[in-house]
Amino acid sequence: MSGSLRRRAAAFLHRHARVRLSLLLSAPLAWLGLAYLGALAALFVTAFWSTDTFTGDLVKTFTLANFQDLATGEVYRTIALRSLGVAVAVTLIDLVIAFPMAFAMAKLASPRAQRWLVILVLTPLWASYLVKAYAWRVMLSSDGVLGWGYGLTATILTLSYLWLPYMILPIYAGLERLPNSLLDAAGDLGARGWRTFRTVVWPLSFPAVVAGSIFTFSLSLGDYIAVKIVGGKSQLIGNVVYDNIGAANNLPFAAAVATVPVVIMLVYLAAVRRTGALENL
Amino acid sequence: MNLSRTARALLRIALALGLGVIYVPLAVVLLNSFNSDRTFGWPPSGLTFQWWRSAWNSTGVRDALWTSIQAGLGATAIALLLGTMAAFAVQRYRFFGRDTVSLLIVLPIALPGIVTGIALSNTFHTVLGVPLGLLTVIVGHATFCVVTVYNNVLARLRRMGRGLEEASADLGADTFTTFRLVTFPMLRSALLAGGLLAFALSFDEIIVTTFTSGAGVRTLPIWIFENLFRPNQAPVVNVVAAALIVFSVVPIYLAQRLSGEAQTH
Repeated sequence: MSGSLRRRAAAFLHRHARVRLSLLLSAPLAWLGLAYLGALAALFVTAFWSTDTFTGDLVKTFTLANFQDLATGEVYRTIALRSLGVAVAVTLIDLVIAFPMAFAMAKLASPRAQRWLVILVLTPLWASYLVKAYAWRVMLSSDGVLGWGYGLTATILTLSYLWLPYMILPIYAGLERLPNSLLDAAGDLGARGWRTFRTVVWPLSFPAVVAGSIFTFSLSLGDYIAVKIVGGKSQLIGNVVYDNIGAANNLPFAAAVATVPVVIMLVYLAAVRRTGALENL
Repeated sequence: MNLSRTARALLRIALALGLGVIYVPLAVVLLNSFNSDRTFGWPPSGLTFQWWRSAWNSTGVRDALWTSIQAGLGATAIALLLGTMAAFAVQRYRFFGRDTVSLLIVLPIALPGIVTGIALSNTFHTVLGVPLGLLTVIVGHATFCVVTVYNNVLARLRRMGRGLEEASADLGADTFTTFRLVTFPMLRSALLAGGLLAFALSFDEIIVTTFTSGAGVRTLPIWIFENLFRPNQAPVVNVVAAALIVFSVVPIYLAQRLSGEAQTH
């Protein structure tokens, strides 16, 4: 009996492609489309509410007060700009370190060495995030190996270290796809190293660079853990969100602050869409 | 390529230096786990196994490790199911909004973790009224783990084509039999690789975990973070960190073996 039921179900599914598709899509869409997007939407709505200053309860009436506070508060503007600055600095540092490394990996190493180098760059990605931030805490502490102390510079250093592999790997992949014959042709036409880089290598690897920068930029923008570990007293956007949920118990304001990195990321993604970077992720 | 000898040498030096920068901090943590000085004075005054022993006997570490494993396995199981379903839908069918599905799956890792974290905790807390605990951690982790399985299965489906499945159908196997005997065996290593990545992602996650775990649930990253600023726990934290570095080689080794296996197929 169950055998014939199974056969009929199989035959039915075989004939009805749309039913198969709906069944396949149902669970993923329910989870990510309904639940996750729903959660994000609910958070966004909360940003237009407020909390009662005495009881700490949510007041569910529409208000723009959170965004007004955000726009007019000197502190928040400073912190937002600082976070943006940190994200840009981390991205640039990683780019400067990653590009020569990726180039040496893709164009100078033998195929066998390339395989090993990729493993060498990938392995630290699996070592825990906290462990790596912690390693810098130990090294930067006043009696550590480096002993430079904590602060904003320490945060930038640590974040650059944490996201470096995310920059190396896309650039390496992009340079590996770049045919050597193009570099040879540039050389035959009389271009030296620097000119070849400027007119051939850089423009063709630019989408890969942008792809890497999406990771370093977005990961730095949302971070609040590394800054707690090595940042001393400095604060980033993430800390403001975190403190408003925990200590201040002001979810609406936290939600409003959280829209800042999201908006910056969306603007960034929209700006780089045309470079074709999103296909390089 | 006409690079001058100096340029080649400089690039090689940059690569070596870069790799050095990547590995030196990890080596410092490993070395410090044997440092007999409690505050990690540099250079180490002596070497000891004492901290490894106390970490091994710490119930806090053991409980946190077990919670992390449970959360990782739960999230990986859900991610395997959802990721595979979505990959089949996107790769095997043409439908309206197909690109949106890919975007939707990438979104949880593209947005800052803190946004996903507070969005989920707000939904659990105020909208659904579910108490926070291990289950909500698993739900949170699964949300951003789907993408790893999805990417791996999608790439495999693209490469393997439909020839063998059609042959199986021609030989009289029905939809389920074909999946069991033909499709699934070909997907197996992609599922393993995706699952491995999903587990690692979940095992390391701290931000979403912070917001979705209740008071009693402590994963290993949460435990490390809580004890990071307690001076008397520093040696044990260091041992846990060192152990995590050593064990991070295992998934790399497995993933390499899997990709090697896939190439020989």
